[in-house]
Amino acid sequence: MTAPVLAPADDWADLQGAALLGTDRRPLPEPRTALAAAVDRTDPAGALLDLAAVAAVRRRAGALPAPAVETPAPAPDDPRPALPEAAARRLAVLLGTRGGHGSTANLAELLPQWLTAARTRGYRLPPALVPTLLDTARARSELRSDAVALAGPLGRWLAPHNPDWKYVTRTAGEQDVHQQPGELLWQEGLFAERVTHLTRLRRTDPAAGLALLASTWSTERAEDRVLFLDSLQDGLSAADEDFLEAALSDRSKNVRATAAELLSTLPGSALAARMAARARAAVRHDGDRLHVTPPAACDAAMQRDGIPVKSPTGRGERAWWFGEVVAGAPLALWTTGTGLGPEQLLALPTVDAPDGGGAEWAEDLREAWARAAVRQQDAAWARALLGTPPRPGRDTRTPGAPAKLLAVLPPAERAAWTAAFVQTHGLGDAFQLLGACATPWTPPLSTAVVAALKRAAELGSYPWSHSGVLGMTERALAPETAPAVEALAADTSPDTAWSDTFTRLAGTLRFRQAMLTELE
Amino acid sequence: MEERWSTEHVLSLAPDPASLKAAGKLSGPGPWSATGTGRGALWGLCKGSGSTPYRTAVELGTPAYKCSCPSRKFPCKHALGLLLLWAAGPEAVADGAAPPDWVEEWLDGRGRAAADRAAKQQAKAAEADPEAARRRAEKRAARVAGGARELRLRLADGVRRGLADPLPAGAWEEVAARMVDAQAPGLASRVRVLAEAPQDELLEEYAMLHLLAGAYGRIDTLPEALAATVRTRVGFTTDAADLLAGPTVRDRWHVLGSRDTADDRLTTRRVWLHGAKTGRHALLLAFGRPGQAPDLALPTGRLLEAELAYHPGARPLRAVLGTRYGGPEPAPAAAPAGLSPAGALAGYGAAVAEDPWLDGWPTVLADVVPVRTPEGWQLTDGAHSLPVRRGALPEAALWRLAAVSAGHPVTLFGECGHHGFTPVTAWDAEHRPVPLG
Repeated sequence: MTAPVLAPADDWADLQGAALLGTDRRPLPEPRTALAAAVDRTDPAGALLDLAAVAAVRRRAGALPAPAVETPAPAPDDPRPALPEAAARRLAVLLGTRGGHGSTANLAELLPQWLTAARTRGYRLPPALVPTLLDTARARSELRSDAVALAGPLGRWLAPHNPDWKYVTRTAGEQDVHQQPGELLWQEGLFAERVTHLTRLRRTDPAAGLALLASTWSTERAEDRVLFLDSLQDGLSAADEDFLEAALSDRSKNVRATAAELLSTLPGSALAARMAARARAAVRHDGDRLHVTPPAACDAAMQRDGIPVKSPTGRGERAWWFGEVVAGAPLALWTTGTGLGPEQLLALPTVDAPDGGGAEWAEDLREAWARAAVRQQDAAWARALLGTPPRPGRDTRTPGAPAKLLAVLPPAERAAWTAAFVQTHGLGDAFQLLGACATPWTPPLSTAVVAALKRAAELGSYPWSHSGVLGMTERALAPETAPAVEALAADTSPDTAWSDTFTRLAGTLRFRQAMLTELE
Repeated sequence: MEERWSTEHVLSLAPDPASLKAAGKLSGPGPWSATGTGRGALWGLCKGSGSTPYRTAVELGTPAYKCSCPSRKFPCKHALGLLLLWAAGPEAVADGAAPPDWVEEWLDGRGRAAADRAAKQQAKAAEADPEAARRRAEKRAARVAGGARELRLRLADGVRRGLADPLPAGAWEEVAARMVDAQAPGLASRVRVLAEAPQDELLEEYAMLHLLAGAYGRIDTLPEALAATVRTRVGFTTDAADLLAGPTVRDRWHVLGSRDTADDRLTTRRVWLHGAKTGRHALLLAFGRPGQAPDLALPTGRLLEAELAYHPGARPLRAVLGTRYGGPEPAPAAAPAGLSPAGALAGYGAAVAEDPWLDGWPTVLADVVPVRTPEGWQLTDGAHSLPVRRGALPEAALWRLAAVSAGHPVTLFGECGHHGFTPVTAWDAEHRPVPLG
């Protein structure tokens, strides 16, 4: 018998042997107990089964426990306050325990919000949910940071025992960043873990991050160097200039370009000054006009500063160089040089310099300024480039990449601009703009989106042609909008695709609202 | 007034995940109107796709459901949605309302139907021909005895030839079919277990089946209680109504745990109870067809004042639920008293001495730490350890147990048997029950 329970010594092995080979070939074992001696042995097979029955019941009835096993030290206490009970039930539903039942649509989208909110409020999870959360975060790496923080000391205590949860020990909390494991992680970790570590370190101690990167820089692979360099964006300052300036001579073209881009966002850097000189040569202000003279060549110095000779998209050479120069120059150059604000500069007409190419430079100049505004996170320029929020009836289009410019603005302004855009243009082109807005959306923006959905339903378009926006709406719509969506669901003719869509959206909103209320 | 159920309790009533999902959409106040609760019932009107709203009502005691929707799911999504809405709190569905006429009529009708059924049952019992019933029983007993004799011969053949010599495929399936023909379904299912048993457990399975078939062969010589055990294990059943007509045990029953198992034909729900006054364990079984939840839903940790009727046997455990006195109430936040691993095995041993075919006995273990070892999970109290029965629980459930314990001793309810311990419920640091299944 495989029972792991110890049993008193008996004749089981003899019985087993006889049964395996058969009583035709093996004699019956001699009886060892009075009960066994009483068994009728005329038919050996029947007698063997009788003896085995006696022995089996005896073993079962007399089973003894095994010696104690060593117990590990218990998990450290978790001082955080316990999660409110309703929130605990909600988490169980979100994690799909109890047979994976969900009560409303799109719970997978709401789990990240729940985790972030619970983590911010500093709750301790019910222990029984910690393993499910760790399993879920194993499959969805974007949840890991919140999941590990919420799992807390219990999670770190459990993880070493389960190979599936190896990531827990590698997902360091913010507070662990200076400790030895960080060094170790940098030396031995997987690439993604190292990038995460570096990014985190840059947020808390940029100089230490730079030192860490510099310590292994010469041994990193070129494709890794590009991404490591990227993470210097966090906490970028003049202190990084020497390192970046050196990286302009890197073997890898991508590393050089990335270093140049970073330097161009440091207004006081030598590279920014060199770009400013080039930009000044290319654009001259004469009072009421801007004279454009694009660079005639891409010399070695320009190339070293990260300007490729050929445009990757095949644009005309001079337009390409011109764009790179202006986008890499500090925006302050234009305002201080002319005494004009961004709006005024944008309103100035552009003319060709005598040796210039054609009137199309105006567009190139705006595009380059837009790129510079995004790179330098300059809200005043971004605002001017986006223009006034579009109004109903006036079809104003913003050139460039409005979503990127939008991201430079403060959240409230972003939402207001997007709301105006949605009111004028509907949802067709709004996906990226909405994505640039902070969640949850402000009530005015939410109202504008709901109104636009209502119009789309009335115009008879199909919900699935808005599926991208709808998915985002489920995550981001303000909870205050729920009654409006419910009214919409009630007004839409039943059993249509839109009715289902609105009903589900209302359900998700209610769910999200209840979920956040429970965490208060 | 009925205490509001927990969301989990409502979720456990759902016949399938799709119903739950659909019910979730109906769990907000949006589609509902004219909701109320009172007289042990819950009701409301649910706006559907048609012009007339559905009338949905739940009788909370049994529970029983009524809905004017055409769904064949039971309970339907409307009933579940209404229960979820009600579970959310008094602001969603107000207490103490007078039921509208259509609910009154339904509740009155249910009362009448129950009275009719009881009257019919009595009438049937009075009418039945005891002579014919005795003849039927004798006929069946003879057929089962024939089946048991044949089974003993087949088992002896196997041992004579040697168990190392594998039987041709399907041989045991054929024997199982013959046991079904002999009206001994209990023997048939044990034969199927035998066909699946690993080599090193084979002799034990042979021997216990041999013992059972032999016991049936001389059932007339056995003490009455043991004879009842043998009859049950061979496959005779007793009608719940007949059991409830006999002696019952009234107690405050503590729901220690519940577990569902499903195959493609049937969902089986086991609910373990422990009597506060009698100290007796009881096991309730409920069944559901696929697409239907078992109709018995008793939340773990609750107390239920009720009468139970035990199936007869040398070690009575399985019982049927009779009269309930009120709904399940929350138990005080305390883990039940329990045994050490050594005490638990001794308890199982005492049970096996009375019913040798018992695989496990309901047991509360106190102060054990679950430990993962290379040989599997162990439950230890520092003096001894008891293995967790292999394959009894999915690995995720054992991790949940480990998390609830966090390395500290816990109270654990489950079945203790010769294969080890099968955990069902753990009590956390706040003494709240955590289902592990």
